[in-house]
Amino acid sequence: MKCQQCEKQAVFHITELETGSVRELHLCEDHARVYLNQAEGAPGPAEDIEGAAESGGAAGQLGVGQTADELAALDQKACDMCGITFFEFRNQGRLGCPHDYVQFAKELEPLIANVHGATEHTGRRPARSEQNAAAAAAEGTAELTGVIGLRREMKEAILREDYEKAKENRDAIRAIEDRWIPPARPE
Amino acid sequence: MKLETLTQSIGEWLRGTGPESDIVMSSRVRLARNLPQYPFVSRASEQDRADIERFLRERIAMSPAGRGLESIDVGGLEEIDRQFLVERQLISREHADAQGARSVAIDPLEQVSLMINEEDHLRIQCIHSGLDLRGVWEQIKVVDEQIEQFVPYAFHPRFGYLTACPTNVGTGIRVSVMLHLPALVITRQIDKVFRSLHKISLAVRGLYGEGSQAMGDFYQISNQTTLGKSEEELVEQVGDVVPVLIDYERRAREFLVRETEQNVHDQVSRAYGILRTAQTISAEETMQLLSRVRMGVLLGLIGDVKIADINSLLVRTQPAHLQKIRGIELDTKDRNIERARYLRQHFEAGGHNVN
Repeated sequence: MKCQQCEKQAVFHITELETGSVRELHLCEDHARVYLNQAEGAPGPAEDIEGAAESGGAAGQLGVGQTADELAALDQKACDMCGITFFEFRNQGRLGCPHDYVQFAKELEPLIANVHGATEHTGRRPARSEQNAAAAAAEGTAELTGVIGLRREMKEAILREDYEKAKENRDAIRAIEDRWIPPARPE
Repeated sequence: MKLETLTQSIGEWLRGTGPESDIVMSSRVRLARNLPQYPFVSRASEQDRADIERFLRERIAMSPAGRGLESIDVGGLEEIDRQFLVERQLISREHADAQGARSVAIDPLEQVSLMINEEDHLRIQCIHSGLDLRGVWEQIKVVDEQIEQFVPYAFHPRFGYLTACPTNVGTGIRVSVMLHLPALVITRQIDKVFRSLHKISLAVRGLYGEGSQAMGDFYQISNQTTLGKSEEELVEQVGDVVPVLIDYERRAREFLVRETEQNVHDQVSRAYGILRTAQTISAEETMQLLSRVRMGVLLGLIGDVKIADINSLLVRTQPAHLQKIRGIELDTKDRNIERARYLRQHFEAGGHNVN
């Protein structure tokens, strides 16, 4: 495949994710470097690359640069909890579950840096009454996303009539939920 | 809730009051939140979606934020009723068109709306009339905190609040203002203004959000990035640019009156004339003409119409509103005839709402 900017071989395959649509760029090393540097340096479109910026400005940019082989391997990677593959995410532009941010952290980080020009949340944090609420919320998220995987396994167990395993999973789900979901109280 | 009762009012975003309301129609903030124990909506099974909907609805009802809110089962509504809620900006078009269990809880003032199972499990929205981003932020912050007492939010120590699309991750906040910019459109400066907004990472959308065309010279300006800045900084980022846009629009209006008064007067008068006499008219044309008349009123070129009336007509001539007001379902052709009749009756009655 040729670079979209010149006659050289395209070795970088970049997926641009905008809100609701996904666009692919195929660039040679030189043009990819120019493009990625610009995308990282400043929020907003890389205007020097003709065409790349056409609809670029709108929703910020998610870009990831990999060689074709790396990209193929990456595409196969799946989330332990919801089962979404990175390929599916690239196609749909939507993640499968909150655990994807942990499972695909390495892959998502450059995309997030491109969109937001930052990778570190500095805004509000969950602040329930207990101390260290934000840390608790993060730990709670880590444990509660486990429920997604357990529920999936439970369904599979039921299908193969392994009720022992299904019951185990059900109890495990209840234990996690009891621990991390705030108690319900009537208004 | 009987949606019909809503047709009597015009909702918060078109109330036409508040600071700078000659140009700023409304100020809006939304927060995207998700439950950690379920897949995101696009990957959730039918059962998951039903469980998420019930969990959030019941939990919200327990919190002070849920007091006085009315929950509407969006999945169980007829298409026309879903469209009706979109026209009032209480739900998004995506939410209206989605599949499976989903609902919205709204307050009687139509300032707060909580969408369950939109792109994210929960989308909290708050709208005020006119320019009041700070007030909106203060209100939505409380709603968010109160819900959080009963709902675990998916949160990551580095990435913040986790969302289905990485473009919303972090704060999950979208801050937007709806502006009426007819003079910048007429003087052909609008594209230049938008290009400069893009350069500072602000997005411009049409009346009904993502992917919608700007109708009737109404534009939404909002933040693009949600991570790395605090909510207050993002509120300011949008808020800071609004006075500049207001100033541009005011100057363009002054220019039009000064340099081309006869021309502008002619244009707005013709628009007014068509609205009062047409026998069939589309929603788009109505919006465009109402936009011109609105500007004419604000410039003092049309004397006998109130801004609140124009705002009211903007929503009441939308397809679903028109049909709800008339109480019958109509195809496009009949709607256009009915819309023209509604407009004629409205102006003949001296601007009183016609039902």
